[in-house]
Amino acid sequence: MLLTINGIKHEVNADAGASLLSVLRDDLDITGSKYGCGEGACGACTVLVNGSAIRSCITPVSLVAGKEITTIEGLEKNGKLHPVQEAFLKSDAFQCTYCTSGMIMSSVSLLMMNPKPTDADIISAMNGNICRCGTYPRIIKAIKLAAESQNK
Amino acid sequence: MIPEYMSGTVLEELPEEKKEFSFSRRRFFKVFGKGLVVLIVAKDLFSREALAANPASAAIPENQVGAWIHILEDGTVKVFTGKVEVGQNIRTSLSQAVAEELRVPLSSVIMIMGDTDLVPPDGGTIGSRSTPQMGSQLRRAAATARLALIEMAAKNWNADPKSLQANQGMVIDPGANKKMSYGELTKGQQLLLHLSNDVHLAPANEWKVLGKTALKINGDSFVTGKHKFVSDMKVPDMLYGKVLRAPTYLSKLISADIGKAQAIPGVTVVRDGDFIGLVAANPRIAEKAIQMIQAQWDTIGTQPSRTEIFDYLVKNGNPRRSVANDLEQAFASADMRLKNTFHVNYIAHVPLEPRAALARWEDGKLTVWTGTQRPFGVRQELSRTFNVAEDNVRVIVPDTGSAYGGKHSGEAALEAARLSRAVKKPVKLVWTREEEFVWAYFRPAGVIEVDSGIGKDGNIVAWKFHNYNSGPAAIDTQYAISSQENSYIPSKTPLKQGSYRGLASTANVFARESHIADIARLLKKDQLEFRLKNLNDQRLKAVLEAAAKAFGWNSNMQSSGRGYGIACGYDKGGYVATCAEIAINDNKEVKVIRLTEAFECGAIVNPGQLENQIMGAMIQGLGGALFEAVDFADGKILNHRLSLYRVPRFEDVPKIDIVMLNREDLPSAGAGEAAIIGVAPAIRNAILDASGIGLTTLPLLPDSGFSIKI
Ligand code: FES
Ligand code: FES
Repeated sequence: MLLTINGIKHEVNADAGASLLSVLRDDLDITGSKYGCGEGACGACTVLVNGSAIRSCITPVSLVAGKEITTIEGLEKNGKLHPVQEAFLKSDAFQCTYCTSGMIMSSVSLLMMNPKPTDADIISAMNGNICRCGTYPRIIKAIKLAAESQNK
Repeated sequence: MIPEYMSGTVLEELPEEKKEFSFSRRRFFKVFGKGLVVLIVAKDLFSREALAANPASAAIPENQVGAWIHILEDGTVKVFTGKVEVGQNIRTSLSQAVAEELRVPLSSVIMIMGDTDLVPPDGGTIGSRSTPQMGSQLRRAAATARLALIEMAAKNWNADPKSLQANQGMVIDPGANKKMSYGELTKGQQLLLHLSNDVHLAPANEWKVLGKTALKINGDSFVTGKHKFVSDMKVPDMLYGKVLRAPTYLSKLISADIGKAQAIPGVTVVRDGDFIGLVAANPRIAEKAIQMIQAQWDTIGTQPSRTEIFDYLVKNGNPRRSVANDLEQAFASADMRLKNTFHVNYIAHVPLEPRAALARWEDGKLTVWTGTQRPFGVRQELSRTFNVAEDNVRVIVPDTGSAYGGKHSGEAALEAARLSRAVKKPVKLVWTREEEFVWAYFRPAGVIEVDSGIGKDGNIVAWKFHNYNSGPAAIDTQYAISSQENSYIPSKTPLKQGSYRGLASTANVFARESHIADIARLLKKDQLEFRLKNLNDQRLKAVLEAAAKAFGWNSNMQSSGRGYGIACGYDKGGYVATCAEIAINDNKEVKVIRLTEAFECGAIVNPGQLENQIMGAMIQGLGGALFEAVDFADGKILNHRLSLYRVPRFEDVPKIDIVMLNREDLPSAGAGEAAIIGVAPAIRNAILDASGIGLTTLPLLPDSGFSIKI
């Protein structure tokens, strides 16, 4: 099966039913996407497939063959961080940071669909992502900061 | 090869000599390279004689060194400490402490943390002790080093040390217009000093690095996904482990048919007494194989379920001491008497990174990477379990995906090491969320009985406070009460229980502050005024007043369908007061509208991180206040998944205002815990204000007939 991850093609040998998260982490050693629940309930494993955020822990790898998969490792372009990554850094929108890559991927997808989200838009789009350290208000701030800098 | 495990940390291949490491000067510099080192040692370690003889060359037993700062020949500053980073940001705040006193840029400080072969033993990153203890020790050590460097420069230049200054990693002679970098000064040196307790530390109002917001030091490695948590690590030849779990806490293994699992190519099943686990080249195969093991289990004994837990805790409480006579008299003299019984459910930490460990045996030496708050405690567990000397066990803790008091133990480390020893290959074991819920430990459940007597003038004259099982922290009241008895009564617990952020203080403050609200209501007194009148502690009063002011508290606050509550408390050096506003409708649906919290923990070390910690604690506190509870029956956890166990999410967060009081005249204390304790009672008291109903159980919803409105 051929997977395109962050613009690079990978040939993988995995059961059709294997989760995308497991293939990324265990077969390809692309470990920026995290495991937090395995049932689509925490968002730590969020990646983009053709630009939309999906939970890779409940996505069978066979469903995404041939599609564009973007993980946190693929956001940086030519040594420059993505505006959302920048905004998370500037806002210190984390504590332990285990939720961070999932939060960033969900935010990127939100801003692609809605470049000027209100607080309510952010809350409803991000509600599936858990930050157990409770940095939610900082994450909202970071998303708004990223929106501002993208809209400049 | 050791994998690159910790961003922001220079990885050290461990030289051979490290094996018999003790702090003799010669050996130290042979191992770590030349330069200047300041050791932090237990105070009484240096006998006068030893010091007089030659302080620098005395060999100091390894277990008595607390931390050290090493200024290398290139001017790099390395700080070695057994503390670990689990999201509380001490990697950053401890770096600030060193940079401040050593007068170096923050970026030249490298923290080497939580690696038992590289850092001195440490009791663990627990109980909010890192800032008050390690932070102040590191400041002293850094100041000692600074003075030594100034002395060295003075000698070099034949100048008066008093005329020299240290700044930006250099010693400067402003008069003679001379400069020398720390690197130049330490070149070729082998100086081992112990920290001096007499050094002058910069007072908080002169701080340049401390007291300012510094962003997370290695933040870029996280936003790019580069940081390797233990669950992300890989070493050559590594296999993936999986452990067979009992269906309940009461299950005993009778037999197991491992044939089918063993038949899968690449799978090795490991049996060691009642332990059954296996390894495979891929975690998906390991998962499949473990399901193919057919095990027979017997049920032994019984266990109380959630429905009976509170009766059980009281029934099994160790006999309490008899009540003092004068307390009985005080009760007899009281005009009114008020009694409450409060209940606190077990809750789970749910660290977003579940337990994980990677273990490798090499020539009888065991190395385990794992996320724990007690690397040296886990080293001891491993050493005892596998009967190897502690020197032959190395525990390494990369920056970890949170703990909140929930990672004091080393379960995954032991399991990975057991599997690895049997198959003679490195083994990584990552717990599933379900395993983390069921096989870690919980914040204890508790029953708290409060009994008070109130005099004619509205003063509390008698107070009896009994906490069954949840713990003694913050059990003593700050209220002025002439006769009182506060006791913690240990009991039996069906579930494994342990530390948690703000552990027992959350329970004790909830009960006390709820009861105080009930008394004030009985007396028709304003919640804030009643507290201020009955409190002696000035620091506690100060946060109460600050919170009330920022909240806009006034005794006539009234609007239909709204309720206002307040609560305050003290724990581990932190003073906190919280105000809550809730909305409630006719269907008893409750929504928390806003929370205002004032917090004071001495001189503020890093305002941005402090605000982050307070906010995080408040939001985590919302879960335990409103809806988190571990449900269990017959030795089984019933809500063992994130889809069944609710934790606070974006939509649960009310408007939050935080006031931080900076007491520059007081030593800094830790901030990760106390900020959690006011949330539950403030909300409970707001519900009381709105509905007249004083809830007595944590979580407050939904079992009380109230529910949550989003
Ligand atoms: S791990 Fe995928 S949503 Fe939690
Ligand atoms: S920062 Fe720890 S889970 Fe979000």
